[in-house]
Amino acid sequence: MRAVFAVLSGALFGAGLHVSGMTNTARVRGFLDFAGAWDPTLAFVMGGAMLPMFVAWRFARRGTPVAGPAFPPPPSSEISRPLIAGSVLFGVGWGLVGLCPGPALASLSYGGWPGLVFLAAMLAGMGATPPLRRALDRRAAGT
Amino acid sequence: MEMSWVYGLIGGLMIGCAGAVLLLGTGRIMGASGIVGGLIDGTGQDRGTTIAFLIGLIGTPAMLTGLGWAVYTQATTQLWLLVLGGLAVGIGTRFANGCTSGHGVCGMSRLSVRGFAATLAYIGAGALTVTALRVGLGL
Repeated sequence: MRAVFAVLSGALFGAGLHVSGMTNTARVRGFLDFAGAWDPTLAFVMGGAMLPMFVAWRFARRGTPVAGPAFPPPPSSEISRPLIAGSVLFGVGWGLVGLCPGPALASLSYGGWPGLVFLAAMLAGMGATPPLRRALDRRAAGT
Repeated sequence: MEMSWVYGLIGGLMIGCAGAVLLLGTGRIMGASGIVGGLIDGTGQDRGTTIAFLIGLIGTPAMLTGLGWAVYTQATTQLWLLVLGGLAVGIGTRFANGCTSGHGVCGMSRLSVRGFAATLAYIGAGALTVTALRVGLGL
């Protein structure tokens, strides 16, 4: 049952990224190019996506999911260093190529070798993060 | 091109519905970096749900392309940009614990302060990077 919801969600996510043009790196980088020929499409995608989610979060305040133990707990409001430093690093990578994790996966079938190289590097970065994080924590604790 | 905002809005509504289906159906937050990252570093539980999600995410764009609706990624062919960009996105989203879908779509729609802060940070850094590449290197 959970798998049915998940495959439906993934399918809608993939179709939405494809239809909105967000797997096109030129469009994403065009949005980030505020000082150049600005492309506002991404703002419509983000705004459109937040509408159904806003309603969904209202329903997630009480009760339980259809096929799951519980809804996520209320979000933390801690603006931590990993949050900001990580997001800045993510933003740099996003600007360099124009792909974020969702579109990098959604375009797997037609992204060609550049898409595969980006995805491989992204997954390697994700795999390297836990040891990297432990090393940074050790260094912080040692000083 | 001129109607791109209509497609953006329709696609965006579909992405929001995707997040709603996953949240109300399974209780999970639709964050692409968290879903695939948990699978990569082994911290993710609920592996079956994750794999089902990824099959849908990768499968439908492939199907739409097969039906004749092609989208070109137009990604750079500069190897150093692809490797550096991929590493930065992978490490950055895992440190921040979220990306455009998790912090952006799912976080900001529940009025999460962390979601807004992260989104401001990655859009700001992305804008500076794109501008620097264009002005500095002509890319």
